[in-house]
Amino acid sequence: MNSPKTANIQAIQIAISSQADVIACRKTARETATAMGFGLADQTRLATAVSELARNALRHAGGGIFLVHAVQSDGRNGIQVLVEDKGPGILDIEQAMQDGYSTDRSLGLGLPAARRLVHNMQINSKPGKTTICIDIYLPQ
Amino acid sequence: MKIAIMKLGEVLITALPLDLIDEDAMGFQTDLLHEINLRDAKGVVIDISALDIVDSFMARIINDSASMAVLLGVKVVVCGMQPQVATTLIEMGRELLGVEAALNLDLAMQRLLQRIDDE
Ligand SMILES: Nc1ncnc2c1ncn2[C@@H]1O[C@H](COP(=O)(O)OP(=O)(O)O)[C@@H](O)[C@H]1O
Ligand SMILES: [Mg+2]
Repeated sequence: MNSPKTANIQAIQIAISSQADVIACRKTARETATAMGFGLADQTRLATAVSELARNALRHAGGGIFLVHAVQSDGRNGIQVLVEDKGPGILDIEQAMQDGYSTDRSLGLGLPAARRLVHNMQINSKPGKTTICIDIYLPQ
Repeated sequence: MKIAIMKLGEVLITALPLDLIDEDAMGFQTDLLHEINLRDAKGVVIDISALDIVDSFMARIINDSASMAVLLGVKVVVCGMQPQVATTLIEMGRELLGVEAALNLDLAMQRLLQRIDDE
């Protein structure tokens, strides 16, 4: 059963193969959040987390797929974003989640930062397939 | 896309646009350092009020641009960060914010001119 708020929220998918696509992903995430009644702070948290994940798919896996849709959990309405790629996989997830770990001479703060901005983040990764799922919920 | 860097007195003023792609952001960093040398500036204001998100990459560009400019001997103030962007950056990790900041361009200019005067 969908509540009125989630009923008219369309699932949207975007292929990530360029920086313009990364920008499109974070805009779409923000628009979905706005449509569901999330405030400016949560819109910004979600869009920022999406920017990190989509950028990672592009940089570390040569591209991927972004999917956003409405979810319900324990009676709360929220948004779920999936970013999936067919890249080399994250070899050591625990290490990748640490501040400052990067295989790219980059800051290495993207994954841990994304985790702090949302209510839930799940990583499934093996060579050839990485799926990262984040959820953010409306206040009750 | 090239980002305009203007000079007002001894201060360079620049504003980062929304949805900057990485190459342009890195180009900006190079251009800024070049302009500081070329135009003999004593201060730099970077207005980021147009940015609706600052992810770890953008944060690095802003921090690095500012610290490199400081190494060249100029004073730098970043201004206009949207409040929800500031909240998000703090939550992401404190390492991400390391620059002198002002609420808006007016205050940034005032602060900068004061600091240049103090020298
Ligand atoms: N989609 C992915 N595929 C493969 N490796 C990844 C992916 N996302 C992240 N990683 C690995 O995790 C590390 C940490 O990611 P992150 O925290 O975003 O830092 P950064 O992107 O700055 O390196 C990356 O350097 C990379 O080794
Ligand atoms: Mg990253």
